[in-house]
Amino acid sequence: MTHATVDVMRPPYPTERGLDVYNTKLGMWVFLASEVMFFTALIGSYIILRFGAPGEWARPGIVLNIPVTAINTFLLICSSVTMVKAYATVADGEGHFFRLRPGARLSERLDFGLKFWMLATIIIGATFVSIQVYEYLHLVHRGLLPSGVREGSELAELVANGTLPAATMGLFGSSFYTMTGFHGFHVTCGVISMAYLYFTKTLRGKYSQQDYRGIETIGLYWHFVDLVWIILFTIVYLI
Amino acid sequence: MTTVAATAQVAHGHHDDRPFIRKYIFSTDHKIIGIQFLFVSLFFLLVGGLLAMQMRWQLGFPGKPMPGGGILPETMAPGGVILPEYYIQLVTMHGTFMVFFAIMPLLVGVYANFLIPLKIGTHDMAFPRINMWSFWSAFAAGLVMLASLFVPEGAARAGWTMYAPLSARHDYSGAELGQELWSISIVLLGLSSILGSLNYITTVINNRAPGMTWFRMPLSVWALFITAILGILALPVLSGAAIMLLFDQILGTHFFDPPAGGQALLWQHLFWFFGHPEVYILILPAMGMVSDIIANGSRKPIFGYHSMVFAIISIAFLGWIVWGHHMFVSGMNPTLGSSFMVSTLVIAVPSAVKTFNWMGTMWRGNLRFTVPMLNAVAFVAMFVIGGLSGIYMAATPVDMFIHDTYFIVAHLHYVLFGGSLFALFGAIPFWFPKMFGRMMSEPWGKIHFWLTFVFYNLVFFPMHTLGMAGHMRRIYDPTQYEFLKPYQPLNEFISISAFLLFATQIIFFVNFWYSLFKGKKAPQNPWEDNGLEWSLASPAPHGNWATTPTVYRGPYEYSSPQATEDYLPQYKKLPTDREPATAPVAGH
Amino acid sequence: MSWWLPLKGSTFAGEIDGLFIAILVITGIAFVIVEAGLIWFVVRYRARPGRKAFYTHGSTRAEVIWTAIPAVTMVALGLVSNHYWVQIKGRNSIPPNAYPIGIHAKQFEWQVTYPGPDGKLGTADDFTVRNQLHVPAGRPIVLALSSEDVIHSFFVPQFRVRQDVVPGMDIKAWFQATVPGTYELGCSQLCGLGHYRMRAQVFVHTPEEYDAWMKRAAKRAAQGEASE
Repeated sequence: MTHATVDVMRPPYPTERGLDVYNTKLGMWVFLASEVMFFTALIGSYIILRFGAPGEWARPGIVLNIPVTAINTFLLICSSVTMVKAYATVADGEGHFFRLRPGARLSERLDFGLKFWMLATIIIGATFVSIQVYEYLHLVHRGLLPSGVREGSELAELVANGTLPAATMGLFGSSFYTMTGFHGFHVTCGVISMAYLYFTKTLRGKYSQQDYRGIETIGLYWHFVDLVWIILFTIVYLI
Repeated sequence: MTTVAATAQVAHGHHDDRPFIRKYIFSTDHKIIGIQFLFVSLFFLLVGGLLAMQMRWQLGFPGKPMPGGGILPETMAPGGVILPEYYIQLVTMHGTFMVFFAIMPLLVGVYANFLIPLKIGTHDMAFPRINMWSFWSAFAAGLVMLASLFVPEGAARAGWTMYAPLSARHDYSGAELGQELWSISIVLLGLSSILGSLNYITTVINNRAPGMTWFRMPLSVWALFITAILGILALPVLSGAAIMLLFDQILGTHFFDPPAGGQALLWQHLFWFFGHPEVYILILPAMGMVSDIIANGSRKPIFGYHSMVFAIISIAFLGWIVWGHHMFVSGMNPTLGSSFMVSTLVIAVPSAVKTFNWMGTMWRGNLRFTVPMLNAVAFVAMFVIGGLSGIYMAATPVDMFIHDTYFIVAHLHYVLFGGSLFALFGAIPFWFPKMFGRMMSEPWGKIHFWLTFVFYNLVFFPMHTLGMAGHMRRIYDPTQYEFLKPYQPLNEFISISAFLLFATQIIFFVNFWYSLFKGKKAPQNPWEDNGLEWSLASPAPHGNWATTPTVYRGPYEYSSPQATEDYLPQYKKLPTDREPATAPVAGH
Repeated sequence: MSWWLPLKGSTFAGEIDGLFIAILVITGIAFVIVEAGLIWFVVRYRARPGRKAFYTHGSTRAEVIWTAIPAVTMVALGLVSNHYWVQIKGRNSIPPNAYPIGIHAKQFEWQVTYPGPDGKLGTADDFTVRNQLHVPAGRPIVLALSSEDVIHSFFVPQFRVRQDVVPGMDIKAWFQATVPGTYELGCSQLCGLGHYRMRAQVFVHTPEEYDAWMKRAAKRAAQGEASE
């Protein structure tokens, strides 16, 4: 069984033995290396700016709605779990969770399981983005812009009465929107890609235990995006 | 499964009935993509050169109307006299075009695409469609950059290094849209490089022909592979920085805005963290291709193949920890300066090893002075000057004096023109037959080589003297300074040499275009080379090989006692050669 | 026009020039070896009919030699350079008795603030002069560099001193001029369209002349004239 798996994921012509990883997966690993560098640039700049900031850093607990984002974080972690479930269903054939009707064949159960878990991942991912959009709208309404605090807004009053530091609100807005915005952009790309795979491949039954490249590759990306969020949530919202 | 594999195998045959648009425009064939990059980046090379000529006019003859400058709009050069704001656009765009849209795509876009699959014996890149997107996103980036020259207030004005906060705020630079387009273009270009690099890396790791072990790969492939690793890790940092810069410009964020708590040096750290690996992206592929050409032209195995490979790897590794040498006098902590100085001096060692190995290759060879070989030898001779002049800047106390003077201008042009561009003048005629099925003219190539070699040195060597006098970079009118007035004749001399150098390049372009249509038909292996690509017809057909080739030996078996000719191709099976083991194939 | 380095106008100019010459010698030797070798090989080993190249894949001994020699040279050069670097730019390099002058750079001028007769910056008798830097010879000067807008760079070739002036940072640089005379201060970091004309006159006076100038300038400043 494992041999068959390796087979289809190799080029159809003879090659020197490279890494025993098929091209799409290797390509995704390489791509993720570049993504790590991209987020390192953003996060590194944030750390440098925050440590070098003139005076106290804006208080995330006052500016941001942490409980809502905590729920959102939990959702994103859940979506990683559903992603793993989708992968396990197709790669390892663990379909026994679903028994639609007595006597359903394993292949039917696997097929349904894959569709279910993938759709769940897409929906949770989309929910995450929606909540983030809501969070942005709310923040803009309260007066936090990428350039700082809007005149005459609720946050501007908090700055005026000294609850929030005036000197660093601009930097806070800049780095908050840039980092979470690019993360949100990555989640959106992931959701779109998964939806594309769902409609063009999953629904048409193109995935099997012999070939689940798309699921595994998008899964890698999805876990990466999830991991980045955990870091961002910690350093932007909590600390 | 077997049927799928079988059809895939057939698809690599030579029946090519793709419509024109799929074949030449939105092609996924690595060779066509390489050729597309070649045409586009040669165009940008020309644009960059034209901008340089205008700069040289102003420096040689400040305030005088430029011949033909009358066609420029009032906002650039009223009456042909270059304005200061146009001059700094020229400085910025010359650097930007040459680095990002000429040299880098010529080396990586053209030759990584064209050579990697051909030299490792595979049918195409691992991800042909991503490869196509890599070209088109670079093309879009180029268009955006070119368009920025023609928007109101003109192009970006902060030098190709885009130091913030000059670049970040419109009231400082005086240009709005031009600055923003620069950032957008660089983000697109970063995307292109990332897509390209992930393709090259995957292809080299997984798709090598049977027998093409790591240490049988030609040095050009090694260099391009390591370059791709640098690219995949460095370009996203530039993209991140360019995005922050763009947000500073259009959204009013404060990353690089000191009054609001941003940091001016943050840009420099990000830029040079990308920028120094970038320097090696611009030279490693040239070194790799020169190694191939010198071994071929000397009819001798490359001297010290393994140490050449390790030198490439160590240059790439050290390239990550030297970025601070661009910032010795930037206000960075001087103790950091000390450590960056040491790492910078150490990086001279692998470069020296490579130089001596090239000489070792030529030693007791049987040197054929074809145009590629002439240019490759000139590469070594000129790269040495560029490398040695780098040591002056590496020594921090001396850098304090010559930093941001013409000394560094001389240094970087000795590496980028004397190095990368000479390598390209070698590589282009060398692989021209495999690209187009025709040879470039040898006599005209030699005329072009000698004239370029002479004028190039006349342009850039005197710049060392200017630098030693303290002539600052990027100044519109050197005669403003009393201490630079005596040097004006030298500036004039450089400018005239530069015009002649530019004129010489017309020979190259004419030779290129003429040979494209009327050149001598190329035989299969005109240079009697060992590489796998020469086992194919000229030009190489779509899908490359009908059946995947097998590799029996290293790439540099010239003058081997085992062969009757003075070369022994990698694909040639001798009775003593055994078939290599291969990885399992789909469907078997 | 001179083909050599400019006049040595400060105490560390000699050291920097010495290091420059040392590097010139080292790189000169490497340059001659490589270029002469290349020319020799090109002539000696040019292709001739019937000749076959010598078949070799290299020599470990040669590799070790030409790795070790550059490595040792470079490390030695690094140590020597660092010795001077610490003296010139190191954290504690600024002489304690240095005479303070404030330099505020903006697009496209240098505003030079003098400590006034009391020799201290930040006191009431400070006064500012545009685009003129007067310094006494033979006395260490410490510059407090600040920028109004973008990055500029303080550069006087004869003093061999250069320091970027960065907005948002307070940077100190020092030098000690040795030869009285008139020099030019230029901006050496692209700072906008007027970068090329961001220059100032530098006057190195003998201590007596400097004191006299200081008296005159302070008096004039007190009378409300900002510049000469």
